[in-house]
Amino acid sequence: MDALKNKARELLAAKTVQVVIGYGRGSGGAARAVFVREASKADTLVFDDGCRQNLAVYLMKPEVRKLGKAALVAIPSTLRAVLQLAAENQVGEHDLLALVVTPAGEVVQLATLQAIEAHVASLDPDLSTAEKEELKKYEALSLEQRRQFWQEQFSRCLKCYACRAACPLCYCSRCTVECNQPQWIPVPAHDLGNLEWNVMRAMHLAGRCVNCGDCHRACPVGIPLYLLNQKLISDVFANFNFRSGMAVKTDNAMSTFKPNDSEDFIR
Amino acid sequence: MSEFSPKIVAFVCNWCTYAGADLTGTSRMKYSPQVSIIRFPCTGRIDFMLLLKAFANGADGIIVSGCHPNDCHYSSGNFHARRRWIVFRGLLDFLGIDVRRVQFSWVSAAEGAKWAQLVDATAGNIRQLGPFSDYQRLRRGLGVG
Repeated sequence: MDALKNKARELLAAKTVQVVIGYGRGSGGAARAVFVREASKADTLVFDDGCRQNLAVYLMKPEVRKLGKAALVAIPSTLRAVLQLAAENQVGEHDLLALVVTPAGEVVQLATLQAIEAHVASLDPDLSTAEKEELKKYEALSLEQRRQFWQEQFSRCLKCYACRAACPLCYCSRCTVECNQPQWIPVPAHDLGNLEWNVMRAMHLAGRCVNCGDCHRACPVGIPLYLLNQKLISDVFANFNFRSGMAVKTDNAMSTFKPNDSEDFIR
Repeated sequence: MSEFSPKIVAFVCNWCTYAGADLTGTSRMKYSPQVSIIRFPCTGRIDFMLLLKAFANGADGIIVSGCHPNDCHYSSGNFHARRRWIVFRGLLDFLGIDVRRVQFSWVSAAEGAKWAQLVDATAGNIRQLGPFSDYQRLRRGLGVG
């Protein structure tokens, strides 16, 4: 942890970056995001297994962008989110650098997007065995069981859009749910709108989600949004052989095509 | 009690399927009258939300049809649409929505007969599946939307 604090201090003192976005201690000792802008405040930084939030989410917030170049304390999903944002032309070479804390407590500085790409290449983007098994379990349910399961889950949705706020890739400045001519999604937390919102959120992340799980952790009523994301991640890979957040320049799964994409349902 | 008459909404592209359906009519071919055709510039324009809106507004079945691969007026709209439907269909199925209610097809401007068969077959399938009351029930208590 000292290595991280020293690195942050060094970067801020040399004005290489204007802000270090990292983890600090919040209420109850939980990890929370901190924005360190002065070298003297670098001691607030911590790093442990509880640091799971994908801090790439802040890269797209206008109030954070305004601060200047950021050093981002990054876990694997953070790096993939950064690459995905770069592939979508949302962050550039000069917006950030990433700090990866190794299991030994050392800090690796990834100063360019290419360096991040090279680092990410050593990660396995596949779903874990446990995730695959859980997905299979739900896929194996009958149609009616799945319908009832999701209706029950979505019935708790409050339409608070915490899933959207927590997601590094849900960055549109004007979201369809705020669009009211036409009103695509009914405003109240109601069965129909809840289903439509959750379908839309999942679909708009198809081929983009990096499976950080922050939407699910942000959900105040515990809707297993990760299942929807992982279903789409698995389908996109099975059909298009595509993994999001692995390269700076890439043809995104849903904004490109292959003439020989195959399906068995179009007659 | 009279037989259930399904409401089917067809989302079709202007250049192939709409012209194909027109050919069906000008050729005096008879087909199921339960279909309401909505014309789009391209299948690439057909957002998945439009399909959900059709179901929410009482459709029991949906047809989505456009130009055959390599025939798109805009050269690649249908390829993009195909990707979207591959993903969307998987998601609907995962959510427990019966994907047999959404029939995807390629119907060219010359395939008037295929259009008639497609609508008849889809109407037959939807008649067997019955009204989509599971989905329509979701609207309960919602004034507008």
